[in-house]
Amino acid sequence: MSLAKERGQENGRKGFFINLLINRAIELEEKVPKIAVSFTINGEPKEILVQPWQTLLDAMRDELLLTGTKEGCGNGNCGACTVILNGRAINSCCMLAVEAEGQKIITVEGLATNGKLDPLQQAFISHGALQCGFCTPGFLMSARAFLNVNPHPSEHEIRLAIAGNLCRCTGYDKIVRAIQAVAQGEA
Amino acid sequence: MKPFSYVAPKSLQEAFQVLAKASGAGQVRALVGGTDLIDQVRQNRRTPSVVMDVKRIPEMMRLDWIPGEGLHIGAAVPCTDTAAFPTVTELYPSIQESCGLVGSTQIQNRASIGGNVCNSAPSADTVPPLISYSARAVIIGPRGRREVPLETFFTGPGQNVLAPDEILLETIVPPPPPNSSGHYLRFIPRNEMDIAVVGIASMIVLAPRSSQCTQARIVLASVAPTPVRARAAEAVLEGKTITAALIQQAGEAAVEAAKPITDVRGTIEYRKELVKVLTRRTLGLCMDSLGRKV
Ligand SMILES: Cc1cc2nc3c(=O)[nH]c(=O)nc-3n(C[C@H](O)[C@H](O)[C@H](O)COP(=O)(O)OP(=O)(O)OC[C@H]3O[C@@H](n4cnc5c(N)ncnc54)[C@H](O)[C@@H]3O)c2cc1C
Ligand code: FES
Ligand code: FES
Repeated sequence: MSLAKERGQENGRKGFFINLLINRAIELEEKVPKIAVSFTINGEPKEILVQPWQTLLDAMRDELLLTGTKEGCGNGNCGACTVILNGRAINSCCMLAVEAEGQKIITVEGLATNGKLDPLQQAFISHGALQCGFCTPGFLMSARAFLNVNPHPSEHEIRLAIAGNLCRCTGYDKIVRAIQAVAQGEA
Repeated sequence: MKPFSYVAPKSLQEAFQVLAKASGAGQVRALVGGTDLIDQVRQNRRTPSVVMDVKRIPEMMRLDWIPGEGLHIGAAVPCTDTAAFPTVTELYPSIQESCGLVGSTQIQNRASIGGNVCNSAPSADTVPPLISYSARAVIIGPRGRREVPLETFFTGPGQNVLAPDEILLETIVPPPPPNSSGHYLRFIPRNEMDIAVVGIASMIVLAPRSSQCTQARIVLASVAPTPVRARAAEAVLEGKTITAALIQQAGEAAVEAAKPITDVRGTIEYRKELVKVLTRRTLGLCMDSLGRKV
């Protein structure tokens, strides 16, 4: 959804002038031509049209309907939007979709292979490492990127690797245990 | 949010063409990691007409060490790469320490020293270590290239010497003097992911096989509108044998350079106390690294 339209919905019927301004902003948005961007996501090549200011997070959710990746804060603090870009965990809310040209992205939808869950997903289930689950895709992606380069980490290293992910429910301990279990080959 | 157009030049020449058209301050904004810029644009705190992604310009991604000349850190190199670069881990521990403090893993994988420098927050973590090693900022634009000592780059919170048609190309860090050591510490109320209440970089040079200090640099973050050098504290150390008492004295003297404000992160008094403590601790770490007891 365009930002202006989004704001429009937020404002509801707040006032005639606000809506006038919003309409003006929508017009402006529509004047800036959309840009074609192609990248590989979860192993599949994709080409989509995006507005220059659309974040990668919004483009994945709204254009590709990959809604596993969540928006918590929208400014880099919570990690709910974490995806793996060229092998590294990044916040997709702090990146423009147009920047993804030619890049390789993995989202939580790409973790399972041939219908089989990633060991991390399995460990999160068996350790009860989630409650509401909103933060889970972000934690999984941070942990996956981390274990790929550091398969046998210490507990301290694990905690540091997920320091950019917030969870309001679990108290973190079970998440750390689940990641440890995978690192120790127990999951 | 104000709509903007996006360009990703592949060469400096192409970037200069974009910059040459910049009509006023803030019209063209460079984009690297976006960890400051994207939120600022979304919150209307910056309203560029053009966002220019500089990550596809090879010179911006330069990271190399030239003996005798120094370390070149391209403005778009992610903090993760800088922190892992062998010369940085060997010769510039405080640069490594500060890159490892910027936000989270996700942030460090995208955020650059260039963005940290150009965003020019008084709390920018990578800046004090760079100034302590006498780093220079290389600035370029359609009108040419110039170098300024990083120490003189900042003019106020969020402000610097860049003209509307100029961008940062790289920072050059001269080789550290022989028998020197540098460390950076910041204080935040939790373990990760917060903005420095105070940050201190210390760098000292000792005479061969002694504890006699020949040069000292102490740089403070988050206690003034820009990063500042604590010259009085440096003067306390230079020419003297470093002892616990002298380190204590340097800590007291460092407060002179601090003109902090009271905000949600801490009061003036608290910040001044932290300046003393972190100055002492960083100097202690430097002496440890040099194998010297105090
Ligand atoms: C959750 C979170 C935590 C953070 N934690 C810290 C922290 O602990 N310590 C800290 O210091 N910072 C922190 N930051 C701030 C930010 O991550 C850093 O300042 C980072 O180094 C910015 O780099 P970037 O590449 O993302 O810059 P961008 O956001 O791409 O750019 C930042 C600014 O600099 C300008 N700019 C960038 N490159 C150039 C160039 N080459 N020439 C001219 N102008 C340029 C941009 O136009 C913009 O105004 C945090 C941010 C977030 C979101
Ligand atoms: S939504 Fe991206 S970090 Fe919170
Ligand atoms: S499980 Fe609810 S936020 Fe983490």
